[in-house]
Amino acid sequence: MKPSELLARSLITVAIIGAVGTPLFLWTRTPLIHAHIAENGGWSPDVIQAEVGKPLHLRFTSDDVIHGFAVGQMDMDAVDIEPGKVSDITLTFDKPGIYTFFCTRWCGLNHWRLRGTIEVNGSSPTPKPASVPLYVTLGLDIDAPHNAPIVPGQLPSPFRGEQLAQTLSIEQIATHEYYVSNSPYQLYKDLNSTNLTDSEKWDVVSYMWQSNTTPVALANGQKLYAQNCAACHGEHGAGDGVFADDLKAAGDSSKQNMMGDNNMSMQTPANFADPTRMLAASPALLQGKILRGGMGTGMPMWGVIFTEEQIWDLIAYLYSFQFKYQ
Amino acid sequence: MSRVELTRNHLIKNLLKSRYPQLIVFIIMLAGYLFAILAGLIGTPVGSHNFSIVFVWIAWWAILILIAVPFFGRGWCAVCPIPLPGEWLQRGAVLNPPNKKPKWLNLRWPKFLRNIWLQNLSFLLLALFSSVLLTTPSVTGIVLAMMLFSAIGLSMVFERRSFCRYLCPIGGFIGLYSQTAPIELRIKNKQICVTCDGKPCYNGSSSGYGCPWDVFPGGLTKNTYCGLCMECIRTCPHDNIAINLRPFSTDLAKPTARLDEAFKSFIMLGSAMIYAGVLLGPWGMLKDAAYNVGISNWFVYAAVFLGIIFIILPSLFALCVSRFEYLNSFKKRFTILSTALIPLGLMFWVAFSLSFVFTNATYILASLSDPLGLGWNLFGTADAAWQPMLTSILAPVQTLALVGGLIWSARTAQKAANEARVSSIPVIAYCFIATLVMLWLLL
Repeated sequence: MKPSELLARSLITVAIIGAVGTPLFLWTRTPLIHAHIAENGGWSPDVIQAEVGKPLHLRFTSDDVIHGFAVGQMDMDAVDIEPGKVSDITLTFDKPGIYTFFCTRWCGLNHWRLRGTIEVNGSSPTPKPASVPLYVTLGLDIDAPHNAPIVPGQLPSPFRGEQLAQTLSIEQIATHEYYVSNSPYQLYKDLNSTNLTDSEKWDVVSYMWQSNTTPVALANGQKLYAQNCAACHGEHGAGDGVFADDLKAAGDSSKQNMMGDNNMSMQTPANFADPTRMLAASPALLQGKILRGGMGTGMPMWGVIFTEEQIWDLIAYLYSFQFKYQ
Repeated sequence: MSRVELTRNHLIKNLLKSRYPQLIVFIIMLAGYLFAILAGLIGTPVGSHNFSIVFVWIAWWAILILIAVPFFGRGWCAVCPIPLPGEWLQRGAVLNPPNKKPKWLNLRWPKFLRNIWLQNLSFLLLALFSSVLLTTPSVTGIVLAMMLFSAIGLSMVFERRSFCRYLCPIGGFIGLYSQTAPIELRIKNKQICVTCDGKPCYNGSSSGYGCPWDVFPGGLTKNTYCGLCMECIRTCPHDNIAINLRPFSTDLAKPTARLDEAFKSFIMLGSAMIYAGVLLGPWGMLKDAAYNVGISNWFVYAAVFLGIIFIILPSLFALCVSRFEYLNSFKKRFTILSTALIPLGLMFWVAFSLSFVFTNATYILASLSDPLGLGWNLFGTADAAWQPMLTSILAPVQTLALVGGLIWSARTAQKAANEARVSSIPVIAYCFIATLVMLWLLL
């Protein structure tokens, strides 16, 4: 073989190996967490290993639409994940456990299923036992129907309620423990011993509910609601969010789980603007629903995402759909 | 009009005669081609950030349709890497022709397929799936790989570049439009070819391979099937091959009557119009139908697509050429006059391509630095923002291209009509209406 022929063949061979081998090598050395809409597989991988105290550097890309990344119960800014681009974040965990990460962008009909876990191994210097949720302590059946037989004729006013409350001896029910354990309707019933009219009783109820929260907590609850709940429950809590229509339109397909099994019983998102339902729900009951989720109804489990404080803030905000908070 | 022989220039002649410059380009192109396949298969599935989509369907396409085809005809075929691996296997060599017979079957291409009908079909096959192909990197990667392996496979069964000549979906329209290009490969003196012993330009010699495109250069009258591979320049013992600069659309002055080529004109004309509607138009349902391959609406889209190309456009054209003089057969009038659609179709494609090239060219910068969408920043341009370019001049340039194409096709129609001895007016009217439709679709 002539040297020129040998050179030509060698160059072609090198070009083929280089064009295929180099990117393949680099590709295997560039691990990325891929985000897809849940119908196309969600996070890949969806389980990440980490060590306590060691920085965990994560690099993300989206293979379809814009997604977001945040770790539940962690004080962090969400990371936007744009299609075809790479974004990254470094996290450090100070205690072991299984953390849930989730999508923070309304990426699609099954956005709420877009979750994964970070398994953090190691030991914690001050292990803290998890507290038992109030709804468990109270033994509430959070799936039981809860309907108030009497509802206010107009939006109750905490302002009027405050003035009326000052004329009443209700010290035993004006406590935070009472607020979290009882529904507004229960307080309405407990006010039957007074001479207040129905409308006045509801005003007192609204005042009591307002006095158990703060403007800061309400603002935080509103923010959480807008980011995480409004997609299904609607901006004004009426159960008419953008996904509610999509879920209805999707029909049976919306009931499928990620493995394609049709074992869901998707329900219309709860209507927080409905006084019959909301006024019969205690904060503890709502805490249970938020913590645990709807168990196959489409309502996600938020216990791994929200902190306890965030859940109480959110609950306080949910009642603002019933009361004219100031 | 006169021609200018470029190969009179020693530098040009030596560059073309030597195998090394072309080989170097071939190797670079092959590496790029393989990288595009790989990028399609392992890179981000987001088309706008994947090398395979951005460099094949934006960068390469822009160069091909806006520069290579209009000005260099089959210039792309001269450097296309697809035949390289197959030819190596077929010939048993890259540079130096071996003295032994080829190892593989080396069959003649079947006679009944010696036309461009297969190229028409292969183009249509891609065209029907174009919405997916142009946006999905994995599909682009698979199609590129299929083309490469088809070329290799055919090289092992048939002689010469059978894939390029008879099957390549791109080569078909490049050949059609190369007739308009101001460049040609032709013999200098026909008498020399007639008396040449052994016809090494076709049969090969120790200086080079026989024409890979199965063309005898001595009989070349148009660019359509000459792949500008330059082998005949290397093998001709009489220095009788020239690369000439010539007026645009010289080949169209003496049109030949072939139905496969005529239908190629309709396929290209119709595809440009349909693409303009589907890819650039505001009709969401149409886009959905074209994109969602396999659903019932896609079958309707495919039926309409094929109906426009094979029935509506040719039927209307047939009406235009059937109502006047009958000095030639209908088929001859139909095929000869369809020559007028060649410049029109080319300019339709130029106008259509300007839209998405101007709109999407900035993706090239980002993709250059991060070709697989893995977060690399090789040249510091990975974060280049998408920004449509030259939007203020787009519509005027497109209008100019379309009106220029209409005038060009009208001139061609007049010449073709003289050849077919019919009136050119119906054909010009046909071109005029088609141009109006394209203007409406694009602007």
